[in-house]
Amino acid sequence: MTAFVNQLPIGLSIGAVLLLIALGLTFTFGQMGVINMAHGSFIMAGAYTAYLLQDLVLALPAAFLVAGAMGLVLERLAIRHLYGRPLDTLLLTWGVSLVLQQLARDLFGAPNVQVSAPSWLSGGVGILPYNRLFIMGLAVAGVVGVWFYLTRTGLGRRTQAVVQNRQLAATSGIDTGRIDMLTFFIGSGLAGVAGVAVTLIGPVGPALGDYYIVDAFLVVVAGGLGQLRGAVLAALGLGLLNSYAEFWSDASLAKVIVFAVIIAFLQIRPQGMFVLRSRALT
Amino acid sequence: MIRRHLPFATVAVIALVAAPLLLEPFRLGLLAKYLCYAIVALGIGLAWGKGGMLTLGQGVFFGLGGYSMAMYLKLTEAGGAGGGLPDFMVWSGVESLPALWVPFGNPVFALGMAVLGPMAIALILGTLVFRQRVRGAYFAILTQALAAAMVILLVGQQGLTGGTNGMTNFFELFGQDLAEDSTQRGLYLVVASVLGLLYLATRQLVNSRYGRLLVAVRDGEDRVRFLGYDPALVKTVTFAISAGMAGLAGALFVPVVGIISPALLGVVPSLELVVAVAVGGRHALAGAVLGAVVMGYAKTAFSEQFADGWLYLQGALFILVMTLAPKGIAGISRSIAGRLRHARAT
Amino acid sequence: MLELRDVQVIFDGFRALDGVDLTVPEGELRFLIGPNGAGKTTLIDVITGLTRPAAGSVRFGGADLVGRKEHEIVRMGVGRTFQTSVVFEALTVIENLDLAATFRKPLWSLTRRRDGVSEAVEEALARTGLEELAERSAGVLSHGQRQWLEIGMLLAQRPKLLLLDEPVAGMSKDERERTGELLTEIADDHTVIVVEHDMDFLRRHASVVTVLHEGKVLVEGSVDEVSADPRVQEVYLGRRAGDAVGNRP
Repeated sequence: MTAFVNQLPIGLSIGAVLLLIALGLTFTFGQMGVINMAHGSFIMAGAYTAYLLQDLVLALPAAFLVAGAMGLVLERLAIRHLYGRPLDTLLLTWGVSLVLQQLARDLFGAPNVQVSAPSWLSGGVGILPYNRLFIMGLAVAGVVGVWFYLTRTGLGRRTQAVVQNRQLAATSGIDTGRIDMLTFFIGSGLAGVAGVAVTLIGPVGPALGDYYIVDAFLVVVAGGLGQLRGAVLAALGLGLLNSYAEFWSDASLAKVIVFAVIIAFLQIRPQGMFVLRSRALT
Repeated sequence: MIRRHLPFATVAVIALVAAPLLLEPFRLGLLAKYLCYAIVALGIGLAWGKGGMLTLGQGVFFGLGGYSMAMYLKLTEAGGAGGGLPDFMVWSGVESLPALWVPFGNPVFALGMAVLGPMAIALILGTLVFRQRVRGAYFAILTQALAAAMVILLVGQQGLTGGTNGMTNFFELFGQDLAEDSTQRGLYLVVASVLGLLYLATRQLVNSRYGRLLVAVRDGEDRVRFLGYDPALVKTVTFAISAGMAGLAGALFVPVVGIISPALLGVVPSLELVVAVAVGGRHALAGAVLGAVVMGYAKTAFSEQFADGWLYLQGALFILVMTLAPKGIAGISRSIAGRLRHARAT
Repeated sequence: MLELRDVQVIFDGFRALDGVDLTVPEGELRFLIGPNGAGKTTLIDVITGLTRPAAGSVRFGGADLVGRKEHEIVRMGVGRTFQTSVVFEALTVIENLDLAATFRKPLWSLTRRRDGVSEAVEEALARTGLEELAERSAGVLSHGQRQWLEIGMLLAQRPKLLLLDEPVAGMSKDERERTGELLTEIADDHTVIVVEHDMDFLRRHASVVTVLHEGKVLVEGSVDEVSADPRVQEVYLGRRAGDAVGNRP
């Protein structure tokens, strides 16, 4: 029982990191249908930003801007030309992530580096270490922020309009190109924030993003496309499942178990937890 | 008729006669390795190019084939010298042969598992996923997750699989010394012939009614359903065929290259093969094969020159191919041929 | 032949079909009309298994269709077309037809190359008048030709019941005329249900008409009866005057 309780903060904080990453994917994959394999590299970029600054409070906005800017450039230079070809985009962005990873290796060296956590994050309440609590808080703030942006701001509503009917949105005077840029900026920026969060629980290396990105995509698959509720539940579920599977079985079996659970879940809910029902065929 | 088979015949003669005569053993070994990858690429060309299923987990099937073969090779050696246990098991303190390993001492079982094991997994996964109409990007993500999970499993089960290092130090296959040039040349001929036969069989399949049906499923799965076919069945069967090819390629790869390890079959190698197919041209089977050989060669050549530069070059290559020439080399050559024909006609 | 009883379909609280009863005897050419959102396409979706009704029964030749998979219903002899025609552009006209015709063969027997042209395909080509274009890629066909190819693909399957969703939408006057003739010809030896908006087309080619409105059957009868019915006029005229639908009885 104590083991069960002790494992809880680990599972929840992994879930929180996945949630932050998946929030970014909700924007780029969910809203725009782009499978961005470079999303993992943006996580890494955020983490290295934290490493360079060595100051958590500064790092959060800085990482958001750095990763967001990288996403913006990627969208303008390449992805924009491939809309409607999601699988090609996947391969293209993987090429980008290869280049970015090698760049990180050349700039910062292949060995892992450490970001020192601020002193006010050492310690904790009961079984909850402050650093993990902080990550959970960050995820909550991320969800609230995204929800507020999408439903309560004019730009967010326009974003939703573009998602639901691009042509109609364009004819009603929305500059869809700009919305795409903004959406990509925010989605990638969130990856940067997730990168900062990751530095609180582990070392930073060029392949940092690879470790999380596959799971984060699974969150989107299980949660349902472009669904905030689904992303939250799926991220927490996956985080907990991951850490408990690792704990109770062999660590090496955990991912297989997670995979099997996802496939089983898709037998019940093939389109994820929440689906926008529509009358269209596809 | 002759004209249609001429390109294939030319390539076959070069591959089976000229290459073994002209290439030094080291280079021939490398070519054999690329041809193993080309077999996987052929399967990807079928599943993705014709069937629209972007599979990012072919490394899993390749690996299952490879590990099956490696287990057999390890057991034949251990039977003689190692007291019944493969070397890496002795190092990691395993005391008796795990039950899972026992049947792999039989070459027929090992080879059968190399092909049928991947096919069975693909059949199960395909049935579960395609029946629920999970497709496109979702399918791609799931196969990638499978590849990631597989690597972690292989690394973690040190005593069963050799962990991160995998299995290496193979000395003989069916009584032939693997270090001998003649054995390697023979292996090369086997790999080249298998690739040739699989290519012909796949081309036959693609040109059959089944191939038309597959293309129709790719372009309009829902419409096909209303023609009275079950697209899930068509996709599952095709996915299983491509998995079987990858498994066979893995089984051939092990004696040719002399190693199998998780690093050869994870997320990255799986993606690299897909990209090779994209570079060669996904819509043409020959393009897929060509892409695998060209990318394999380029990787070796550039890694020899400047180790890190390859990643930049590879990354840049994808970006260029995806944005400028999504149909790959085959697409480019086809459009040039088309223009020439057009020019001649006018 | 086809019998729908009290069929209900609800999309997120919206009643797309609200207790529809429909009986189509064998050999009939039935037209289904109604203003936008009346539930015409939804009705076709229910019959072909694309949408599962919340309540009610759909029986075809005595067998219940509810809950069966789409391809199984096709195998029972129910074929349909879509509003936006989908033909396989990567294949030729004849390959499209052949694909449709071989759906009853087991999968393994399809691994052989097509050898010549089957009787069913030949017949479909002749009926739709696409013989000249047989070897052309379906991607080069005009809009009207695509619709004919779709109908041809249906014919090649030799179904008992054909469901055509707005087959003449977007067609030129000549094409409409030819399609109308094609429909009457097909109706000689098939049961056909046609969803159509176009009143003009209806007057020329329809015999029995069912009018749907707000998910219910409003009237059923001959073209003259239906067009003389005051309720139908109100539904259509009300629409035309830009009046909001739904407030009237």
